[in-house]
Amino acid sequence: MDYIPHTPEDERTMLEFLGLSSLEQLFGDIPDQCALKKLLDLPPPLTEWETAAAMKALAEENRVPAMTLMGAGAYDHYIPAVVRHILSRSEFYTAYTPYQAEISQGILQAIYEYQSMISGLTGMAVANASMYDGASSMAEAAVLAARSLGRGKIAVARTVHPEYRRVIGTYGWANGLEILEIPYMENGRVDGDALEARLDGDTAAVLVQSPNFFGVVEDIAPLADRVHGQGALLVTGFSDATSLGLLAPPGDRGADMVAGEGQAFGNPLNYGGPYLGILAAKAPFLRKIPGRIAGATVDREGKRGFVLTLQTREQHIRREKATSNICSNESLCALAAAVYLAAAGPNLRELAVLNVRKASYFRARLVEKGGFENIFSGPVYNEFALRCPDPRAINEALESEGIVGGFLLERDYPELAGGLLLCATETLTKEDMDRAVSVIHRAAR
Amino acid sequence: MELLFEKSRPGRRAFRIPPCDVPEPPLAELIPPDLLREDTELPELSEIDVVRHYTHLSRRNFGVDLGFYPLGSCTMKYNPKIHEDVAALPGFTAVHPGAPPSFGQGNLRLLHELERYLCEVFGMAAFSLQPAAGAHGELTGVMMIRKYFEKKGEKRTQILIPDSAHGTNPASGALCGFQVVTVPSDRDGNVDLERLESLLGEDVAGLMLTNPNTLGLFERNVLEVAERVHRCGALLYGDGANANAFLGKVRPGDLGFDVIQLNLHKTFSTPHGSGGPGSGPVGVAAALVPFLPVPRVTGKGGRFRFSEDFPDSIGRVRAFCGNFNVMVKAYAYIRSLGAAGLRRTSEIAVLNANYVKERLKPHFDLPYDRVCMHECVFSGRRQVREGDVHTTDMAKRLMDFGFHPPTVYFPLIVPEAMMIEPTETESRETLDAFCDAMIAIAREALDDPGRVKSAPHVTAVGRLDEVRAARQPDVAWRRRKET
Repeated sequence: MDYIPHTPEDERTMLEFLGLSSLEQLFGDIPDQCALKKLLDLPPPLTEWETAAAMKALAEENRVPAMTLMGAGAYDHYIPAVVRHILSRSEFYTAYTPYQAEISQGILQAIYEYQSMISGLTGMAVANASMYDGASSMAEAAVLAARSLGRGKIAVARTVHPEYRRVIGTYGWANGLEILEIPYMENGRVDGDALEARLDGDTAAVLVQSPNFFGVVEDIAPLADRVHGQGALLVTGFSDATSLGLLAPPGDRGADMVAGEGQAFGNPLNYGGPYLGILAAKAPFLRKIPGRIAGATVDREGKRGFVLTLQTREQHIRREKATSNICSNESLCALAAAVYLAAAGPNLRELAVLNVRKASYFRARLVEKGGFENIFSGPVYNEFALRCPDPRAINEALESEGIVGGFLLERDYPELAGGLLLCATETLTKEDMDRAVSVIHRAAR
Repeated sequence: MELLFEKSRPGRRAFRIPPCDVPEPPLAELIPPDLLREDTELPELSEIDVVRHYTHLSRRNFGVDLGFYPLGSCTMKYNPKIHEDVAALPGFTAVHPGAPPSFGQGNLRLLHELERYLCEVFGMAAFSLQPAAGAHGELTGVMMIRKYFEKKGEKRTQILIPDSAHGTNPASGALCGFQVVTVPSDRDGNVDLERLESLLGEDVAGLMLTNPNTLGLFERNVLEVAERVHRCGALLYGDGANANAFLGKVRPGDLGFDVIQLNLHKTFSTPHGSGGPGSGPVGVAAALVPFLPVPRVTGKGGRFRFSEDFPDSIGRVRAFCGNFNVMVKAYAYIRSLGAAGLRRTSEIAVLNANYVKERLKPHFDLPYDRVCMHECVFSGRRQVREGDVHTTDMAKRLMDFGFHPPTVYFPLIVPEAMMIEPTETESRETLDAFCDAMIAIAREALDDPGRVKSAPHVTAVGRLDEVRAARQPDVAWRRRKET
């Protein structure tokens, strides 16, 4: 099955118009010794029906979980039907980046509104049209901080998602930056004293998350004071973006930039992507932050319209002087986030409260049994770290029930052997959690 | 059109939260109140408000499903509907990326097979599917070049980039700490071999070559270029943005490319989504395999898993495994077309581009007049000279005829450039209608230039003031103006 409309007659007429007798003649510039003489070795073509069947078979080799108790950077939330319906409008999904504004007002306004909602949630003056994901968004924020301050060190809290820290490490290495790690305290929060001790005049940025990887809500304001005391910038992320509906806007608490994963706003788990990186900053970074930005303007009759703006920041203009090479964004995912937020409205706060309560109940039920204890004493959003008798056995028991278990903390925190990071969103009912608790307690016997 | 915020009415709600079914201790006992907010600053709308708002917005947007979209270098081909349906299957959408491998065997198999197919199509030893977009793949590719020389203990500081390269190439080189040196093109639009030779030396880590280049021309000297680059110990990087030109016709690996990045959203027909999500796999020759980003999918006895156990890897460039759901669509595309379908795709893409080129040649300046590949590049300078009508005017006027304009003012080496990529999914009638519109506009540029310069005339808004947008930035609506 191909999607080529040409009839043999079309092909002949077009070749004749070109004065050619075969398609082969169009490829004369390919060096003869390299031109492929036979077909590639690929599976035979399929009709649409066969494609549908083959893909269905492949999808069914996966197990759709009965329940997902894992967060750790990707969150299982209910997605209102309106999101999928709006996203299936092909005027949006079959368009390119809106270079030609007059016929792209739909996505440009939607992005402007997305930027506005993110800006309000984060307490920042400007949000871009989105980055690739939360990890690359944090990494790009670090590079931007280093380049704009002319400093060479980035301090990253160990409570930042381990995969994000690796991405920051990769970007940092490529840019010749030194990356320092800041330890955490017994309450699961960033160790402010250790942070202060490691900061110096060459530190460009400090990267933290709140809620952090352990689900613990940080108190950003005192950290901000210490970071600013050294003239460095505070970049804050978050675990689950829905927490922005409940927690004080990071901008109001002293953050200079906010960089995190927006998947929780209306995007399915999708086995890891596509997601969207949220990136927002205070006003001084308006002309510096990477990525696309939609801005309002007027047409020749004074009618409001939207364009991609401040493009002198971007790679195609600044070329090798650009602070990022990012060209596209994750527009359709940002559109999903925008529709989700528009549908949720102030209910986002109520949803976030529900997440806090579910996780609180789940945690309380789990620690009823001996051998289960909270690792950290700090307040949590919808995730929590537990020390349990045998986290591997627990995950295997859950797996055999079709339940995706928690994140094994030992993988990235050797000092937290026996630690399991669990998550409860609004998708879990009390009944679900009670069932999970009994599987977990039984496995730990 | 009104903004969401302007439609907001206090108390209106769309999506309601179910009642809490667990005990409800005071919130203050769970999270200290000083860390909380009261107001979300989000608009208050009913469900029908939200649906009408976005449906109206969608009608102010132009996509491939509405008409011809010959945006050069972007490969705006038709996006098959079956791909959208299969990618929405719960098996693909509902699994957490951190779930144990038993939940994701189908996904892992898909990733594993897609990597194998891409290796076959492009003649590379291995691919990483992790990068989220073409520019991200590019950055990853240049990072691997850096790592390769770091591992060899060679200090190479320069990356060579032809003047016909994509805009992202110089930034990708610079962000990996390389000094970017430009290589000029010769009269035929190929890399100038003599100038290349004079720039090559032991400081050079690599040459980033787009082939076919952004003029839509196949680099005739590609083997000679590869040979010279390799002779000085450097690597040849291939920007695969233009891969729709040569599927099943030639393989970059066979031409001597050491690293290439693809754009699944161009060549493999995954929708562009108004600017993403894309997917930018990066493929390498055998010598660079150890440096690929992690995780990689490994398989044994028909069971698959992610592995991060590659000590020389550059590391991660993104969380999790990449834009998985985009890959589902690309995989379905390769399975649907098969080898013969992919080859025919490129043959017809090239036929269509040459057809448009020959039809428009009498009416517009064609700076490089030779057989083109998947796209052709005209210059609007004749219209500037004769009617003071610029490329941007003609682009805007095309909208009145129901077409998306070509890429304009790129590549930079062609003044007033118009880069036209028809793709293989467009019929002869569509191409003829587009060419007729272009010819009519060329005529108007002489007879009624004012009509062209004031275009577009039938769009939702007229030509927008971009200078004002940049000088007085308004990038977010907000009630509180103090932030």
